[in-house]
Amino acid sequence: MAIDTTRAAGSEFSPDNPAPLIEPPRTRTPHSPRATRTNFELYGWLFMRLSGIVLVILVLGHLLIQLVLDGGVSKISFAFVAGRWASPFWQVWDLAMLWLAMLHGGNGLRTIINDYAQNDDTRFWLKALLYTATVFTVLLGTLVIFTFDPNIR
Amino acid sequence: MWSWVAHRVTGVLIFFFLFVHVLDTALVRVSPEAYDDAIDLYKSPLVGFMEYGLVAAVLFHALNGLRVVAVDFWQRGARYQRQMLWVAVGLWALLMAGAAYPVLNHAFRELFGS
Ligand code: HEM
Repeated sequence: MAIDTTRAAGSEFSPDNPAPLIEPPRTRTPHSPRATRTNFELYGWLFMRLSGIVLVILVLGHLLIQLVLDGGVSKISFAFVAGRWASPFWQVWDLAMLWLAMLHGGNGLRTIINDYAQNDDTRFWLKALLYTATVFTVLLGTLVIFTFDPNIR
Repeated sequence: MWSWVAHRVTGVLIFFFLFVHVLDTALVRVSPEAYDDAIDLYKSPLVGFMEYGLVAAVLFHALNGLRVVAVDFWQRGARYQRQMLWVAVGLWALLMAGAAYPVLNHAFRELFGS
């Protein structure tokens, strides 16, 4: 598309001889992606980093307690769980770890699905499955922590 | 590039494990016996070695994740990204060596007796 932006000799631009109109770049067309109007992806990016830092303490501490200290895995039993969840400190620890890890991992998997699933339907269903599994797991885990009963039997 | 692939693979792995782990822990709401039976599975040698693999995945993801944070937020992060990868890998190897005995001794005792 050749728009003549040079001036013909001797002819200044004027109301009678207007300069050619140049279409602004980024004009929205029917093919443009939908305007999002939010900073969701920015906050997601920030959340991955902040939750990651907190998870270092929560998750590595968890592994240390459950798998390394005091006989490692051999000490774990219903009684051991009951002992730990008798304290609000460990309830809050486990609750925070559950929520942060699930949202961090869920958001990470959302990125991965966006990267590899190119077909619109595939992407939709994979994300539907991911969100269902994430919400289910967070709710189940939360329920278990809050309703734990050491005298269940 | 490869650290990014490893970060991605370990992230997915940990997520799937976490899903299963919340399910097995939920058995404490069924009965102490149901929970202890499930945990007995964790104490089998095979799952013991898988746990060591899980520790490997979590440690790598955590250390490399901190490196990613440093690259993004520290002014000189990008310049030292390669050195930080070696620090992360070195710490990982050190911690894995340290974790070998405490995490695996139960599995070895099961296999060969005490
Ligand atoms: C232990 C502390 C952890 C740290 C420091 C950490 C750090 C990070 C960071 C900084 C990212 C963003 C990478 C990027 O945007 O390029 C990330 C991605 C991810 N994380 Fe973590 N994370 C941790 C724990 C976890 C846990 C427990 C899970 C699983 C439940 C997990 C699953 C993922 C997944 C699936 C991704 C997406 C990978 C990708 O997009 O390639 N992370 N992690």
